[in-house]
Amino acid sequence: MEILGQLITSFIATAAFGVIFNAPKETLVKCGLVGMGGWIIYYMAEKYSGDSVVATLLATLFVGIVSQEFAKFYKTPVIIFSVAGIIPLVPGGLAYDTMRNFVEDDYFHAIALGAKVTLLSGSIAFGLVFSEVINQVVRRIKGGKVLKI
Amino acid sequence: MDNEKTLTYEIMNVCLLAGKIMLQSGGETYRVEDTMMRIAAAFGIENSHSYVTPTGIIFSAEGAEPTKTKLIRISSRSTDLKKVAMVNSISRQITNGEINLEAALTLLKELEELNVTFPFMIQVAAASIASGCFMIMFKGEWIDFIPSMVTGGLGYFGFLYFHRYIPIKFFSEFLASFIIGFLALILIKIGVGSQLDKIIIGSVMTLVPGLLVTNAVRDLMAGHLVSGLSKGAEALLTAFAIGSGVAVVLSFL
Repeated sequence: MEILGQLITSFIATAAFGVIFNAPKETLVKCGLVGMGGWIIYYMAEKYSGDSVVATLLATLFVGIVSQEFAKFYKTPVIIFSVAGIIPLVPGGLAYDTMRNFVEDDYFHAIALGAKVTLLSGSIAFGLVFSEVINQVVRRIKGGKVLKI
Repeated sequence: MDNEKTLTYEIMNVCLLAGKIMLQSGGETYRVEDTMMRIAAAFGIENSHSYVTPTGIIFSAEGAEPTKTKLIRISSRSTDLKKVAMVNSISRQITNGEINLEAALTLLKELEELNVTFPFMIQVAAASIASGCFMIMFKGEWIDFIPSMVTGGLGYFGFLYFHRYIPIKFFSEFLASFIIGFLALILIKIGVGSQLDKIIIGSVMTLVPGLLVTNAVRDLMAGHLVSGLSKGAEALLTAFAIGSGVAVVLSFL
């Protein structure tokens, strides 16, 4: 029941973000699906491992790879799917907690939370870049070309 | 010779216009550079260089004549993914040889003037629904769903409204997050909502610079150091604006 609620809310939230970012109308549902998949992976991984950095990395990898495939299939830029997909994973809540601790003069906790926020956004970016690299490597191997390093 | 010269300038115009629209609509740096060089190659300029930062584009084309370079200034940036997709499809048509130079220029000029955003109220409604859903996703109670829809919707309305009159993004973000914090506090005081933190977090999610932060780190990793750092600075400023808006309200507690 709880997971069903998470599925529905993450789908709607991501699609609504598609509207705010003015994604083309026909891609809104796909954006929602990408976001929902990413969020559920994050939710489950965070629940069972308790490590939000690893969970974020796994979820962004999923979002990145699926976005690349969607982009190839529908001939639209990757950014449309990946941006909407990573929005639920952005550590907005933690960033807020950081700020709140600063306001309440609890600098010790604020710095710790801030470091966590940096790590989480770093892992989002890393996941996106990594999925892109995977995609390129697969494409090159399929094309029979040798990697240029 | 003169004809060739004007031709090169026209090709450069098309490239720069395409790049400008993409960059203003939130396209990634590497995509803008790639698109411009592809268009140039499709029109016969094999050697071209583009240098893209969030605030300007420098593009130079090498050919038989001396190298030509043009600069274009980008002053405003927003997120408009539909335009990115449309420029992308125009550049695809150009590289496939489906449209010629004049057609491409007119199409791009039309696109630049075009306003393809969703209507104001639909954006606000989307922000309001998203705020409610984010509140649930951050482990809030269903009881707070309506309060966060109200605060998130009105906060985003405030953001769009102020942004029309105050061209500096920092202040509209600051005011919007102040509204969110203030409304959430009032709703808690009159007993409609239960958790102040969850309502505020859900509502400010529509303003947080998640896209910017991620793009910034992505650019840095890809070697676009200048764009990465400047996007990071923009994201930091936005986060600071949101944080301080909420912080002003929290200091009343």
